[in-house]
Amino acid sequence: MESRNTQLAVGFFVIIGVLALLFLGLRAANTSFSANGETYKLYAKFDNIGGLKERSPVKVGGVVVGRVSNITLDGEYYEPLVEMTISKKYDEFSNTSSVSVLTSGLLGEQYIGLSPGFIDDTVEMLDDGDYIQDTKSALVLEDLIGQFLFSQGND
Amino acid sequence: MPSFSGKLGGLKRKEEPVMTSANADDLVVIENLDFAHNYGAKEVFNGLNMKIPRGKITAVMGPSGIGKTTLLRLIGGQLKPQKGSIKFAGHNIPELSRSDLYEQRKRMSMLFQSGALFTDLSVFDNIAFPLREHSDLSEEIIETIVLLKLEAVGLRGARHLMPAELSGGMSRRAALARAIALDPELIMYDEPFAGQDPISMGVIVKLIKSLNSSLGITSVVVTHDVAEVLTIADQVFIVADQKVVASGSPEELKQSDDPLVQQFLEGEADGPVAFHYKAPSLAKEVLGKDINEGEGHAG
Amino acid sequence: MLDKVAALGKTVLDNIAGAGKAMVMLVRALIGKPQLRKSWPLLMQQMYSVGVLSLIIIIISGLFIGMVLGLQGYKILVDFGAEQSLGPMVALSLLRELGPVVTALLFAGRAGSALTAEIGLMKATEQLSSLEMMAVDPLRRVISPRFWAGFYSMPLLALIFSAVGIYGGYLVGVRWLGVDEGAFWSVMQSNVEWGQDILNGIIKSLVFAFVVTWIALHKGYHCVPTSVGISRATTSTVVTASLAVLGLDFVLTALMFG
Repeated sequence: MESRNTQLAVGFFVIIGVLALLFLGLRAANTSFSANGETYKLYAKFDNIGGLKERSPVKVGGVVVGRVSNITLDGEYYEPLVEMTISKKYDEFSNTSSVSVLTSGLLGEQYIGLSPGFIDDTVEMLDDGDYIQDTKSALVLEDLIGQFLFSQGND
Repeated sequence: MPSFSGKLGGLKRKEEPVMTSANADDLVVIENLDFAHNYGAKEVFNGLNMKIPRGKITAVMGPSGIGKTTLLRLIGGQLKPQKGSIKFAGHNIPELSRSDLYEQRKRMSMLFQSGALFTDLSVFDNIAFPLREHSDLSEEIIETIVLLKLEAVGLRGARHLMPAELSGGMSRRAALARAIALDPELIMYDEPFAGQDPISMGVIVKLIKSLNSSLGITSVVVTHDVAEVLTIADQVFIVADQKVVASGSPEELKQSDDPLVQQFLEGEADGPVAFHYKAPSLAKEVLGKDINEGEGHAG
Repeated sequence: MLDKVAALGKTVLDNIAGAGKAMVMLVRALIGKPQLRKSWPLLMQQMYSVGVLSLIIIIISGLFIGMVLGLQGYKILVDFGAEQSLGPMVALSLLRELGPVVTALLFAGRAGSALTAEIGLMKATEQLSSLEMMAVDPLRRVISPRFWAGFYSMPLLALIFSAVGIYGGYLVGVRWLGVDEGAFWSVMQSNVEWGQDILNGIIKSLVFAFVVTWIALHKGYHCVPTSVGISRATTSTVVTASLAVLGLDFVLTALMFG
């Protein structure tokens, strides 16, 4: 019957569509860190964040553990405040950890490098909403050149 | 246009609105109908009155472009008149709600000029379509009904053909079978003879007659094929000038001395219905000035 | 001069009236209790003619567009020594833009024009009128299943387009030009995200599906039922739908990624 063939064809069409979605979801997209997973938030204040953007990755030794979820100016002196959403899988950072704004390659995107601090009895672990005190700002090329010229002038 | 006045032998003039209470013998009663296309830009009917007797064949004739098809669409509720009432079995069609209108439409059907068969369905499925839509009959019963309807129009052998494979006459007969599938009380035929060869024309004339006499279906035939329709019609309305200008039985009309009726029945080129579309005089248009010596209107 | 102003006014009024008619048509077609038993086979039939029959053109276009993206992207990226970024470049262009947009354009040309012509012809041959006279609402019977078929088919087609396109980019980039296979996929994975990229692409193509199918049905349903009228309506469907897709794409992109 013709309607049966039609239904079969439509069925295959839908299956191919769903397979395409699965392919895109599993093969092309980042599934290890999804926005839906369990996360917690950390905050850090920088002097200068350079080219950091929302959704820039937060990496520990090159491994993505989270993303920048919000950037605002905070406090009396308008310091950039970066909110980072970190996967719950990595929740054992001590409050001696440090963050710095780094650049991947010479021309690459900027990201946040998180270096875990030492752990002993006297330090506490970072919890949701905690601030990371030890921060290092982005290197701004103009500042570097300026410093270089200044130090040349002093010689 | 000459005005129609004076008594005409055997003819009821319809110029005055005749207000009568709905007669049980009239299936469709149209009173004081005003209708214009394009929000009043093109007036089609002005004070039209018509009564269609139950169980009879009524012919509506008139020159082309006079709005005969429009009249059928008004009865079917596809168009809404600006004024007046159209009563179908006592229900005023223009004022019905959408669902009531659809309920009434199940009691009538229309044979379109082109047949309007669904091109993606076979002849069988076309005729089964209204049954499947409006009844919960089982497939076996539907098949029986469809075969009976096809037998009535002589197309039982063509049930597996697609509409594209039918000749013009056959597709009109198939459409007729579909129109009677739900045993309607009223069938409206829109130019059923247009573009038919003499044989299929004869077949359709015979079918209209036999459906009317055997099933008692009220039939309204809109046409300008005078000779064919006069052989079967019980009642004839001639529509011109936005209203009914003459009505009566075929015999009465033939004896009429109304120039318009005679022009129409005899098929004369010019007369009360002018051969020329309204235009300024030829001389004025061609020569740019008016010549007074009766040269004006050709014909 | 005044004539021109009047003509402009008439055009504006006609367009507003047209939009109003289109709105009424859609609302009347979609509102009302669905009759699953009757509408399911109709939907299947339309999914077949709108979706399945568009599959070939979608797959072939997707493959070629992905391959071109792979080739062009490689030529540009290799100058910066960033050919590893070929994966995300191909995937993001397809998922965010080309998948939904090109699918919608092809759909307007392939299925939209067919819908308009079909409905226009049904109108010209009085099939729609005869449905009405048979007490069957043509909006529910003819318009509604076609609308839903278009609405469901296009996102599926867009997903297939993107998937095939990424595969095309992979064929050219990895198999032919020698980008490292592992880098191609892993860099892609670290840059493509469900919510941001795939989901937004699907939302885009749902919006396009709605608009393109609606325009096609409206142009057919309200066409002048003559051969000239139908051919004009068909052309108008492709032009209007394509422009609407491109314009809406800008708006949606600005909202989603702006």
